[in-house]
Amino acid sequence: MCRVVDLQQAVLAKNDACAHTLREDLAARGTALVNLLSSPGSGKTALLERELTLARDRGVPVAALTADLATENDAVRLARSGVPVKQILTDGLCHLEAEMLGGHLHDWLPAEARLLFIENVGNLVCPASYDLGETLRVVLASVTEGEDKPLKYPTAFGLAHLVVVTKTDIAEAVSFDEEEFRANVERVNPGVEVHLTSVRQGIGEGVLLDRALAARDGAPVHIPVMTRTSHHVHDESEPQPQDEHSADLDTVASSRS
Amino acid sequence: MHEMSIALAVVDQVDGAARPAGATAVRSVRLQVGELAGVVPDALTFSFQLACAGTVLEGAELDIEPVPARARCGACARTWLPGMPPRLTCPGCGGTDTELLSGRELQIVRVCWHDTAPHPPISQEC
Repeated sequence: MCRVVDLQQAVLAKNDACAHTLREDLAARGTALVNLLSSPGSGKTALLERELTLARDRGVPVAALTADLATENDAVRLARSGVPVKQILTDGLCHLEAEMLGGHLHDWLPAEARLLFIENVGNLVCPASYDLGETLRVVLASVTEGEDKPLKYPTAFGLAHLVVVTKTDIAEAVSFDEEEFRANVERVNPGVEVHLTSVRQGIGEGVLLDRALAARDGAPVHIPVMTRTSHHVHDESEPQPQDEHSADLDTVASSRS
Repeated sequence: MHEMSIALAVVDQVDGAARPAGATAVRSVRLQVGELAGVVPDALTFSFQLACAGTVLEGAELDIEPVPARARCGACARTWLPGMPPRLTCPGCGGTDTELLSGRELQIVRVCWHDTAPHPPISQEC
């Protein structure tokens, strides 16, 4: 006999439950987690090394964990800051998951750490779907990546609590249009703050550390529209007659493979 | 591509519900995938077939129900289809107090299986 069973379970329920537990466990020991997401090569490691060094200089206890498919190069770079650092090798996996992260923190995370920075795998697609128990999710984009990056990766930028632009020292050389970038961020994540940084020129120094400490101490964190989901039952999931279509950006034909 | 991880999570959850209920073979799984869920249906279908191998879901069909994104403005109550890439500021008043009515779903809604158990949690028979 064939039976039809209504399961009604979120696919990522297990990850979300692990993330929730991790967030609570960390909060109980006074640690807030900061999840850094970006494309490969956008400058996560350089920015993080600067902010970790600043934390050490200010006497703020922090720790960092960096994830890559291969090599311990990033951990070596981050360790120059003098704060506790750990490398996760994902063996080809394109993102971190909460349960995996929890296993790596066990017996390693220093008790006094007020902030734990996670440098996620360089990828703007997959890591966006996985809550790691973060208090602050920061999405970075370098000026070389194009002003339309937020439109190309709307889930990643749409779920950010904070957006950071890196490498602004070369913005002029690559004709980076800051206004257009900001407008594109606003389109997918209205109200989110965008900060400009350059490690080489010292621009935006401390922005990551200060925002993370504020969030840890209970300052309000931006709530992205994509997380402000309706509690209505999905009797409205089909397009309604009164719905308007977003009509722009339709001048070039495209198709989904 | 994280669709394989998503597929494994689907198989894990369906297996966890089906086997204790006495299922001998899962025939189909219906999944809601929101337009803004960040999941590619074709890649998920491909991964699902691989993830099912050697489980009670072997050979099961994945039936994906796409859910379009819909948004409503908190200021002027206008509703709109944000599209892709999504426009989440109000196209009418320009407001940013937007509520997402749908589009982030990634939900197992229904499973059809063969079983031998006398009293599984049945919603209906087919």
